Amino acid sequence: MSDSVDLDDGSELLDQQLTSDRMVVTSQWSLIWYKFRRHKLAMIGLTVTLLIYLIAATAGFLSPSVPSKFQPKFTYAPPQTIHFFKQNEMGESEYFPHVLGYKTTVNPESFKRSYVIDETQVVPIGMFVKGEKYNFLGMFASETHLFGPIDKKHPFYLIGADRLGRDLLTRTLYGARVSMSIGLVGVALSLVIGVILGGVSGFYGGIMDRVIQRVIEFIRSIPTIPLWLGLATAMPQDWPAIWVYFFILIILSLIGWTEIARVVRGRFLSLRTEDFVMAARLDGVSEMRIILRHMMPSLFSHIIAAVTLAIPNMILAESALSFLGLGLQPPIVSWGVLLQDTQNLRAITQAPWLFVPGICVVVAVLALNFLGDGLRDAADPYS
Amino acid sequence: MLGFIIKRVLGMIPSLAAISVLAFIVIQLPPGDFVTTLVAQAAEAGDTIDDAKMAVLRQRYGVGDPILVQYFRWIGGILQGDFGYSFEWNQPVSQLVWERMGMTSLMSFITLMFIWAIALPIGIYSAVNKYSFGDYAATLFGFIGMATPNFLLAIVLMYISTIWFGNSVGGLFSPEYVKADWSLAKIWDFAKHIWIPVLVLGTAGTAALIRVMRANLLDELNKPYVEAARAKGLPEVKLILSYPVRVAINPFISTVGWVLPTLISGELIVSTVLNLPTAGPLLLQALKSQDMFLAGAFLLMIGALVLIGTLLSDILLAIIDPRIRLS
Repeated sequence: MSDSVDLDDGSELLDQQLTSDRMVVTSQWSLIWYKFRRHKLAMIGLTVTLLIYLIAATAGFLSPSVPSKFQPKFTYAPPQTIHFFKQNEMGESEYFPHVLGYKTTVNPESFKRSYVIDETQVVPIGMFVKGEKYNFLGMFASETHLFGPIDKKHPFYLIGADRLGRDLLTRTLYGARVSMSIGLVGVALSLVIGVILGGVSGFYGGIMDRVIQRVIEFIRSIPTIPLWLGLATAMPQDWPAIWVYFFILIILSLIGWTEIARVVRGRFLSLRTEDFVMAARLDGVSEMRIILRHMMPSLFSHIIAAVTLAIPNMILAESALSFLGLGLQPPIVSWGVLLQDTQNLRAITQAPWLFVPGICVVVAVLALNFLGDGLRDAADPYS
Repeated sequence: MLGFIIKRVLGMIPSLAAISVLAFIVIQLPPGDFVTTLVAQAAEAGDTIDDAKMAVLRQRYGVGDPILVQYFRWIGGILQGDFGYSFEWNQPVSQLVWERMGMTSLMSFITLMFIWAIALPIGIYSAVNKYSFGDYAATLFGFIGMATPNFLLAIVLMYISTIWFGNSVGGLFSPEYVKADWSLAKIWDFAKHIWIPVLVLGTAGTAALIRVMRANLLDELNKPYVEAARAKGLPEVKLILSYPVRVAINPFISTVGWVLPTLISGELIVSTVLNLPTAGPLLLQALKSQDMFLAGAFLLMIGALVLIGTLLSDILLAIIDPRIRLS
């Protein structure tokens, strides 16, 4: 910035100046973005996170079936492989995407089914096929699936089937919807509590600060799972699914807000003594305006980082609660609910693909953690 | 030092009181009470309990009294060592909780030692050999350990041991030792079983502590006193262990305060999955069946266990760092 900008020369010159010397006008958000972009793991985290949310939003279209469709004769059917070519009568191979069906034998003593790939049973598959009805983005009904069997009655299990012969791929994709959204909405709720209490604590200090800090310390010192379990048992058994969903959200947020409040308080404390806040106060600016206009902009990036780091904890907590049978219940499909099936040791030895939702949890939590770490490092671009 | 300990012990009392109130609220929250659960169970079995009998039951257990009266009766009993009566097990609660809580404490202690024993050397190595292959490996392990739910890790280990070794790893003892008195053979059998829950429980904590230790030590390594000691020709290993590690280890110990709650949370799930005779499965069962005195006793004792653990780590910290006990 060797040359200074003369503002009196009109906006045209200013515009020129701006385009020729970009660093002069780089906003705080651009600076954050530049700093964030250098963090490779964080960029991977961002990409994966966006991808998972995109998948969650379009789960109905992406999945070959619907989560409730069951075919008991395909209990624990193993994964099928997609074949792209088929030999025709002439012995030449031609492009014909398909999967192979199963030959099922039931052990008369244990009733255990065993599956053998049946070379003669060809299930043709395709893109944009007509299948089961679903609601796209929750708004309009559709029957078109990105890919799937041409005839929806045929078996199509890319990563295997569960106990009732439901398609695990479909169920995992739908599970992303609930698991990822519970993280997002739960964090939004924690954010409201955290910002209000953390802000009051940091801005006013004094007795309020002491009380709120003691409450936070206390909440953080109790083991969360027993408390969550205790609260979850308070839920009446006959509640409809959507109420259960929100109840679990509230329980998770009751504990999740402490970390956000801690970050907000710390920032407020350090900002309170900054010169620009003092200047605004001496100018007679109202408290509310100081908070919203002067302090919020430098707080915002830190809050976003804290929030991102809180989402994976919510996802883990939901999966643990649902796994124990005290969180979400079927027919809701979440990753935790799907993992309930893995409690049965015999089931997983027969169908190890039941672990797939667990892998999804690990990937999502990792991605969000990388993203959050990157955001936290980039949150203060002037350091 | 004694003054410091007394001050800390007295400071625990309000926290304990708060935990007891919280535990009481949690067990009171579910709609209905134990008698209604009993009626529902009886109805399922085809029996009916008439109103007169219900009234007698309520009277006997004091279910209908005002909440405050119930709370003070409960807490008063506990202060005299009487934790109430478990409706479900038809036994005094105190007969049920102590053994289970003992197991939980023992397992938490072993896991904590395990976490320290693993995290300390790896953390030091990571910091000293920053950006080496070993450092990246430790970081990768740390991230995966943090992102994997406890219960999933437990099931995967169970799955692997079933597939490879053909036996399940549940429980803490082989069947022939469950009822046996403690002996060398039983301790050996215990050791053969305990490592799986310890491994599962310890992973997340180890991952977190490695990061803490690495960051702390990195802050110290660039300080002038390290350079001065090095310039005087102190051997590198001795230098690192006697100066920067001693400073960096403080926050490491104080983190027990938050490692312990997560450890006990995890213990609850892992024990349920692996079917261990600890507090977890019994607490879960008690919460589900609204066996309120049993659940309340467990919640209270789990809270107390965390408080005692934090107290011990504070005392340890005061022994190691004179600045803390003198301030």
